[in-house]
Amino acid sequence: MDIHALQQIVHKTRDARRKQTIPKFSPADRDQLIHKYHPDFRASAYRPIRFGPNEGEKTVVELATLLEGDSPIHDDLDLTPHHQTDVLIIGGGGAGCAAALHAHGAGAKTILATKLRLGDSNSVMAQGGMQVSVAPEDSPVTHFLDTLKGGHMENDHALLKVMVEEGPSIAKWLLELGVLFDRQADGNLHVKKGGGSSKPRLVTCSDYTGLEIMRVLKDEVLNQKIQLLEFAAAIELLSDDSGACTGAIFKDLDNQRHVVVAAKSVILATGGIGRLHIQGFPTSNHYGATGDGLCLSYRMGAKLAHIDTFQYHPSGAVYPEQLIGALVTEGIRSEGGQLVNAKGDRFVNELDTRDVVSSSIIRECEEGRGIRTMSGRVGVWLDTPILDAEHGAGTVEKHFPAMVLQFERFGIDISKDPVLIYPTLHYQNGGVKIDTNSETNVKNLFVAGEASGGLHGRNRLMGNSLLDLMVYGKRSGLTAAGRAGSMKQGKLTLKHLERFRAEAKQHGNVSGVISPMILPAYTRKVG
Amino acid sequence: MTTDDTQNVIDQPEVMKPRMVTIEIAGKKVDVPEGITVVKAMWYAGIDVVRGIGCLGGFCGACATYYRTKDDPKVRTCLACQTAVQDGMCFTMMPPFPARKAIYEIQKLQDPKQDLFNFYPEAPLCRNCNACTEACPQRIDVREGVWKAVFGDFKSVSEMFMDCVMCGMCTPVCIADIAPNLVALYVSRAQGAHFAEKPIGLDTRIKEIQEGRYNDEWHNVLKMNDKELAEHCATVK
Ligand SMILES: Cc1cc2nc3c(=O)[nH]c(=O)nc-3n(C[C@H](O)[C@H](O)[C@H](O)COP(=O)(O)OP(=O)(O)OC[C@H]3O[C@@H](n4cnc5c(N)ncnc54)[C@H](O)[C@@H]3O)c2cc1C
Ligand code: SF4
Ligand code: SF4
Ligand code: FES
Repeated sequence: MDIHALQQIVHKTRDARRKQTIPKFSPADRDQLIHKYHPDFRASAYRPIRFGPNEGEKTVVELATLLEGDSPIHDDLDLTPHHQTDVLIIGGGGAGCAAALHAHGAGAKTILATKLRLGDSNSVMAQGGMQVSVAPEDSPVTHFLDTLKGGHMENDHALLKVMVEEGPSIAKWLLELGVLFDRQADGNLHVKKGGGSSKPRLVTCSDYTGLEIMRVLKDEVLNQKIQLLEFAAAIELLSDDSGACTGAIFKDLDNQRHVVVAAKSVILATGGIGRLHIQGFPTSNHYGATGDGLCLSYRMGAKLAHIDTFQYHPSGAVYPEQLIGALVTEGIRSEGGQLVNAKGDRFVNELDTRDVVSSSIIRECEEGRGIRTMSGRVGVWLDTPILDAEHGAGTVEKHFPAMVLQFERFGIDISKDPVLIYPTLHYQNGGVKIDTNSETNVKNLFVAGEASGGLHGRNRLMGNSLLDLMVYGKRSGLTAAGRAGSMKQGKLTLKHLERFRAEAKQHGNVSGVISPMILPAYTRKVG
Repeated sequence: MTTDDTQNVIDQPEVMKPRMVTIEIAGKKVDVPEGITVVKAMWYAGIDVVRGIGCLGGFCGACATYYRTKDDPKVRTCLACQTAVQDGMCFTMMPPFPARKAIYEIQKLQDPKQDLFNFYPEAPLCRNCNACTEACPQRIDVREGVWKAVFGDFKSVSEMFMDCVMCGMCTPVCIADIAPNLVALYVSRAQGAHFAEKPIGLDTRIKEIQEGRYNDEWHNVLKMNDKELAEHCATVK
């Protein structure tokens, strides 16, 4: 059927729905719903990891396969370093830039290497804001408790306490660098309320928070003349006899050559995993979000935490095909956008937590109340025109200009037509286990940002990621720099790889893939 | 949804009968399905794209692209991850442009408005040609921004360039060799670091934390067992 014909049900039922209130689920119903429909609970998508530090623990098949994968490096590679540094940072998103600036600021020789250009990352796309407890009625302790509740009580308390306590001074650091956070009339930071938080706590830069922070951090990295290696993908780490990390090997994506960097310590800030398209989900993530940091640290013997849980953002675009997976901001639901199934009914309180809303959308689709596209996708309606109906003509255009533009490019006017949405793979809740200095159980190997795990428990609250990046980017940078002065460069060997390969062999080398993935294979094989 | 249900299915003409169009990628003709994005068209044509891709979401500015549509002499600019191909379109990606970025210590500036002329002496030479504005895929009035920067209206500039993705497409077209986006970035940072009001509430909170104002509360919370903590969390409203 024509999309406009199918949309009629949304227009027809709008007036009746406007008067309706949908209660939130009771804790018991909520649990039941999530267990039945959230992708994290689809047992068939999971399998135990066969060997390594997390042997026997379950994760999604896509990740398990990469973790058990083989390194692209031959053990006879010449390890004579091309570069020598105190601190090597891998990844040029928010966590990487923050780490680089702090390490450099503390006087360490610093190299920042990244897969694509400096800044090409998830960080630049963050729209919603960064959580900082600055409001008078708020406190770091309240921030701690809200986050714990959101994370299903499984967050690492020590990591979380550090993050919420250092939040305000991080905001000050960013302001001093020239980040333009939104203000109230009296000059204080303007704070918004995010899903799952009891107090308004999101500091924002219009709906370009990540872009603004990254513009400034990138510029500052350039001003400080920090040495950059761009289009350099880390493909293996280096270790000395004691197993401590001593550097990394990169593939220069321009000429395919290997580049060896000797470093006293290494900070991995390689971000998330969305481009693995776990369970076939589309993703909101950037092109390089292929979980490389997890594979690299796992081979070194670093333990991973909570790698069986992922965040599926409820509203990813399903139609048109060009926008598959792109985020339809939560702001639409906050302002009263309703979720409507093929029968014209609402089925969830739109402001419930992300895992609940996502689960209920999946339930509607699985029980036959979704709308299917010929390309085999399914979704439910997000009634966007209701915002104009509710708050006056022009509301959508005025409050969501970026989204209007995005759909308009494909001939869709979201102020007149509802959009089709389905959960999109958005965030890796877990990652490499770290301590409060951002260090892993492998000496001199630090992990910061989305690649690290433990802090967010089993579900991240909106806005906590940007703060996580800045706080642990800073801590990793400072600790690594502090250590550099008093230590010697360790030997460059591939001993950890020998050990890993021996283990893999014992388990029959089952994976059959080379990891890390580096970039997803979207290019069509022609001919 | 059940597979035999045909009622709630959107017929997508482009999927049912994909219409192929002929486009030209950096001078080479290829057939691709109509309506896919410029980036996806390259993948479809079997081209590996490493330079020229980043966020795929319209935020990072990596995919700056020049294009022309059928029979129209005008060369336009777009973000390749956000633009659909059409029949007869030809495009090529823009390599990084060798613009000069000034180096500065933002916090140490004494007179940021005057310093602009030291860092970017070409900025006041704007000849009002408007080419930068026409080149901007984010619809920013770039020319106006350059003028405002030169006249010291840093606040307006910082607001105008909030949606600048730093694609750099305004730079190669400038007849006065200005890099408007870099000028705007300097101005925005100076605005934030030097001219924006200091948020008192933030300083108060930092001081409270340093002085141990929350220590008792922390102590209380951190000694709770899991059950007590869960109950305590539930009381936070
Ligand atoms: C669309 C979107 C919106 C979001 N909105 C918000 C929000 O409003 N608030 C919030 O708090 N969070 C938000 N998030 C989450 C948050 O943005 C991310 O979790 C966070 O930015 C991750 O930062 P990072 O520095 O750890 O990783 P990234 O910013 O993703 O950076 C990782 C970097 O590592 C590089 N890299 C990867 N592999 C390698 C390798 N092998 N070698 C070298 N370099 C490598 C990448 O190229 C990239 O530069 C959002 C995420 C998305 C996708
Ligand atoms: S102002 Fe220049 S760099 Fe910024 S988005 Fe427009 S064209 Fe791109
Ligand atoms: S292109 Fe250069 S000269 Fe022309 S208006 Fe823009 S800044 Fe001025
Ligand atoms: S890839 Fe980032 S704007 Fe297109």
